[in-house]
Amino acid sequence: MKRRSFVQASLALGSFGALGSMVGCASVGRVPEKARVVVVGGGYGGATAAKYVRMLSDYKIDVTLIEPNGEFVSCPISNLVIGGSKTMADITTPYDKLSGKHGVNIVRDYVASVDPAKKTVTLASGPTIRYDKLVMSPGIDLMFNTIEGLKEASASGQILQAWKGGPETLALRKQLEAMDNGGVYAITIPEAPYRCPPGPYERASQVAHYFKQHKPKSKVLILDANQDVTSKGPLFKKFWADNYKGILEYMPQHKVVAVDAKTNTLKFDVQNDVKANVLNVLPAMRAGGIAVQSNLANVNARWCGVHYQTFESTQAKDIHVIGDSIMLAPLMPKSGHMANSHGKVTAAAIVAQLSDMPVNPAPFLSNTCYSFVNDKLVVHVASVHQYDAKDKTYKTVPGSGGVSTAPNELEGIYAWNWAQNIWADSLM
Amino acid sequence: MKTTSPHLVRLLAATALALGVSATAHAQDKATQLHNRATAAMCANCHGTDGRTIEGSAIPSLVGMPKDYMVLQMKAFKDGTRPATVMHQITKGLTDAQIDTIASYYATTKR
Repeated sequence: MKRRSFVQASLALGSFGALGSMVGCASVGRVPEKARVVVVGGGYGGATAAKYVRMLSDYKIDVTLIEPNGEFVSCPISNLVIGGSKTMADITTPYDKLSGKHGVNIVRDYVASVDPAKKTVTLASGPTIRYDKLVMSPGIDLMFNTIEGLKEASASGQILQAWKGGPETLALRKQLEAMDNGGVYAITIPEAPYRCPPGPYERASQVAHYFKQHKPKSKVLILDANQDVTSKGPLFKKFWADNYKGILEYMPQHKVVAVDAKTNTLKFDVQNDVKANVLNVLPAMRAGGIAVQSNLANVNARWCGVHYQTFESTQAKDIHVIGDSIMLAPLMPKSGHMANSHGKVTAAAIVAQLSDMPVNPAPFLSNTCYSFVNDKLVVHVASVHQYDAKDKTYKTVPGSGGVSTAPNELEGIYAWNWAQNIWADSLM
Repeated sequence: MKTTSPHLVRLLAATALALGVSATAHAQDKATQLHNRATAAMCANCHGTDGRTIEGSAIPSLVGMPKDYMVLQMKAFKDGTRPATVMHQITKGLTDAQIDTIASYYATTKR
């Protein structure tokens, strides 16, 4: 950071703990009474929005980020920790650059409530912060109640989801390590839309790769509520047939309705029961709890409707919702890459609005999503989404986007570099 | 009572108008600058903030890349003359104007 920006950042931070946050004490950012921009959630969307509001305003707009976790643990690449070829340290990034280099004031807490009329957020620990603009990026909530018995089985740590990067990622890895050679791992997939469309198939591939190397008598079952593989289908299915035959079995149209934790059994709406040693049950998902509780999830009571040009909520003025919580435009995936892109379009819109400038009439977004089918080979899906002013939504450009022709090692290198670069772009 | 000459009034009016126009132009410049920067930031997910990748990245940095070169490469990806893993699919989604904006931004950003 240049000295001039440093000084501007310090000035912009004004009275609330500028020095404290500038020396990189990410977890002890003081709680200001007021901030021009408050960001809720420090994932791919929120962290990027916080950093880019600072950068695009030439460090003139002060930003407070509220995030309960002390470090960022990535969901993308976490399947490789489950498969055993990466570690938790590989997917963990501290928040100290966001504060130290970019002057974002980080408050380590949950948000208890939002008052859109008073334009305040109240923290779980009690204090209230006033905002001019609020960015909500709370990710997803898992709807445990849609599957009988899952809430208790998940709370006890027996049936894991590991659908948010963190302690469950490692816990699931440990369950697989503890499983006997000859055991069965079953992953269940809810109906789309859910976070990270190819994620469950990548995870199944990672577990199959681990079994093939270390527990060759074991099996992977994919029980999918959807009609077919929802992303990169032909690529996954060909690789499974060529490499995991006899290990991995794919079963579409299997919608879980209940789990029996005593007997490790899955019950379906139509199909026969399935037993497995390690159950990885993904329930339906919706916008993060604070977004739902704040009445922002106005589409099917699950997702947050937004004006796509600015990502401002269709429900509340001066609240922008980004990332996996939103009702997506057609063909837009719920992905970390997409959330990072939402964060930038939103940051630019907020900087424009707070500076009395017109917002970008024609923003665009891109998405690139890599999946590892073993520890080295990768397939991707890419798309470009241009804002259509007439229909007020994003549309993919005809002829653009697509998938890999086949799993390949070159994209394995790019995928890992993608991860490192997007972590830096979001957090450093 | 002091009277103001019509000439001075005209001069003042013209100056005010010129200042007004220039202020508007300046505001428009600033807005365009912001939009262009945000457009270029769409590359940063893979190519690093302001086109600076992490050390040892196989994905190339874009910062300081000559504009003509970058436009040619993007168009070569787009028309298929330069093979790629992903970039041919991304560039097909961009207009020539967007390619120009992106290339200008990285060319003028200092390493």
